[in-house]
Amino acid sequence: MSSLATAPAAALQGLLRARELGIVLALAALVAYTAAGNPRFLSGQSIRDILLNTAILAVMAAGQAVVVITRNIDLSVGSVLAVSAFGVATLMSANPSLPIVVALLAGLAVGAACGLLNGVLVRYGRVPALVVTLGTLYIYRGVTYSWAGGQQVNADELPPHFLRFANDSILGVPWLVLIAVVVIGGVSLMMRNYRLGREMYAMGSSPQAAELAGIRVARNTIGAFLLSGALAGLAGVLFAARFGTVDAAAGTGYELNVVAAVVVGGVAVFGGSGTVWGAGLGALLLTVIGSALAVLDINQFWQQAIVGALIVLAIGADRLVAVRIAGSLRKRDSHV
Amino acid sequence: MTALLEVVDVTRSFGAVAAVQGVSFPLLAGEAHALVGENGAGKSTIVKMLAGVHRPDTGTLRVRGADVEFTGPADAKAAGIAVIYQEPMLFPDLSVAENIAMGNQPLTRLRQIDRRARHANAERLFGRLGVHLDPDRPARGLSIADQQIVEIAKALSSDARILVMDEPTAALTAVEVDRLFAVVRSLRDEGAAIMFISHRFEEVTALCQRVTILRDGRHVCTEEVAGLSVDDMIRRMVGRDLSALFPKQDVTPGDVVLEVDGLGRAGVFADVSFQVRAGEIVALAGLVGAGRSEVMQAVFGVDRYDTGAVRLFGRPLPPRSPRAAMTAGMALVPEDRRQQGLVMDLSIERNVTLPRARKLSRLGLLWGGRERREAGTWTRRLQTKLGRLSDSVGTLSGGNQQKVVLAKWLATSPKLLIVDEPTRGIDVGTKAEVHRLMSSLAADGLAIVMVSSELPEVLGMADRVVVLREGRVTAQLTRAEATEESVMYAAMGRPVTAP
Repeated sequence: MSSLATAPAAALQGLLRARELGIVLALAALVAYTAAGNPRFLSGQSIRDILLNTAILAVMAAGQAVVVITRNIDLSVGSVLAVSAFGVATLMSANPSLPIVVALLAGLAVGAACGLLNGVLVRYGRVPALVVTLGTLYIYRGVTYSWAGGQQVNADELPPHFLRFANDSILGVPWLVLIAVVVIGGVSLMMRNYRLGREMYAMGSSPQAAELAGIRVARNTIGAFLLSGALAGLAGVLFAARFGTVDAAAGTGYELNVVAAVVVGGVAVFGGSGTVWGAGLGALLLTVIGSALAVLDINQFWQQAIVGALIVLAIGADRLVAVRIAGSLRKRDSHV
Repeated sequence: MTALLEVVDVTRSFGAVAAVQGVSFPLLAGEAHALVGENGAGKSTIVKMLAGVHRPDTGTLRVRGADVEFTGPADAKAAGIAVIYQEPMLFPDLSVAENIAMGNQPLTRLRQIDRRARHANAERLFGRLGVHLDPDRPARGLSIADQQIVEIAKALSSDARILVMDEPTAALTAVEVDRLFAVVRSLRDEGAAIMFISHRFEEVTALCQRVTILRDGRHVCTEEVAGLSVDDMIRRMVGRDLSALFPKQDVTPGDVVLEVDGLGRAGVFADVSFQVRAGEIVALAGLVGAGRSEVMQAVFGVDRYDTGAVRLFGRPLPPRSPRAAMTAGMALVPEDRRQQGLVMDLSIERNVTLPRARKLSRLGLLWGGRERREAGTWTRRLQTKLGRLSDSVGTLSGGNQQKVVLAKWLATSPKLLIVDEPTRGIDVGTKAEVHRLMSSLAADGLAIVMVSSELPEVLGMADRVVVLREGRVTAQLTRAEATEESVMYAAMGRPVTAP
């Protein structure tokens, strides 16, 4: 019996692993094909650019993955990035002597406040997250526009050490990439090995059972949105440092890229399964596609269609795997 | 034996409906204690209070002699009460071991989850329960019986001493029931207290030492099972005051309108046959889950059926086509009117004329005047209390909403009306009005099929009663034969004996 019972479980784990493996393979194939067409694609500068571009998306995807795993969604992250980027840029141009750490903390705090509001509205307003965060998407954006009043912060107004931060490396690894790796690793660990993370998976898997199991659903829901907001705020600081010029339109439309990265990275849209590092891989894949199309001299307009196709493919694969597993489990493991 | 749990004089109302009134009973260590009663007797409400989902309005719960107040399911769990629902509450994406440990995960020194300990714990519990389940497989795809075993393991892992099982056997096969009972008996012998809710008396007598009987939210008695016959239990469950009878005018039945012939659907109902004549009200009675609504949904064409046939005026109806059923003169008033019967945000007149929108439209458009006239006719006839016909249906009371649903279908001038729980959730006065209305419609020659869980309603309204039990017809009783006892006997699967 036990050998029969473990077979489908092992098969399942294999498939789950294959989910992230699939992304890695797709990445490898894409990189190989592009590099064959244009060897400069693998040059140090090109790789560095790709990683820097991935970093901001990956930080936001880590937070989004947590929210999606709890069967919610956070559409306000692009606007939160803008509030944080504009706020921190204004802060740094006014106080050029402030250290980087203060900028990072300020961005985290602004983002956390926005995320807290999202979480409280979702939980206590009893409104679906899709609606709440669609609302705050416009609210946060509107606040940034009225604050900026048509002004922008230019690179020459920002202190040099702040701008250098985006390009500096430690042991050959750019700071931005290091931050993204630490965020992905930390959040992955929390979701995988800590009680809070497992409870979040449980909430997404069955909200009703989570309530009855005595899981602190309110605290965890608010926590997920707080994390997503804080990481979007952090991404705002990275954005300001990397691009130097910040106006109120910063990060417009990013929320869809972030959700796309999460879904392509194998997080189930209805919660309960998927991994944070898978979402990170999703962010990397999307960025590589963008760069590869440019290198291969394919019309950039194709990029959106390809990303769209990937999302459909990812969701299709989810359904297929779910149906197959359910079928095989039912067949092999039913006993009395 | 000591009382692990005491329910002391608890009362709980939902709106105007008193679900539980002044119920008290103790639950002893080392006993399996049955809680029985008709539909709506208050069993589920008591379960939910023990689970910490509802709080009693008055009265207290005592665990090991100390008063407790549960603010949520977590409190009930902490007090050592585990509730196993008919539909187990597992997390399908998580592994079996993690499901067992959820809320109680073993941690390493770094406060990380100790996967190895979690796995070992699950293995140990399954060993103790004498079942073979792989702790690493996901809960998705487990049979209901295995899911219940996981729930029991969960209860054991949190050291629950009080196990509340709400109709755990409803979806199990006989072999699975035996395995479950073996597990429950061993827990009971180890000193746990088991509260067992079931509609099957053979299970109550097989498993339980004592039984508490509820009727209409009130406590009837708590006694040793050994001293009670099944007949005694049924009598105490139904023995209510029969003064509130409902009027049904006597009508000489006309031609056969509906013929249901050997209808069956794998796993839901089988071999269901009955006839309804013009001017007749036929009630479909039985316990919750007996398949009454499912049969009527299949007759109307909403759900599929695998075998048998449905004939209206002798002409067979195509399966799976509500549209054909409506054209042939059938109308269905569903059980859940909020979900299935009304569009809450639309106006009253729009709701009433919805099924006839095509006939009322001119040049493909609906013009207010015809809609309003038609809606006005029917709402007046049903004495619906409303402000303006243009108000949204959501603003009406439950009883008046029910009348709008009725108006909606009566406006299609049906020959056969199917009503599912026509008076659920509406007050006594409106109830009588709905009954009067159904009676007068039948007198006008309409054939009516009524699905109802309320015995007095069934007995008062029906010319004939078709009793279902677990998807099969167990009795067809005439008005003279139908009594509380005979219907309940049939619903419980006991032979009908002369009273």
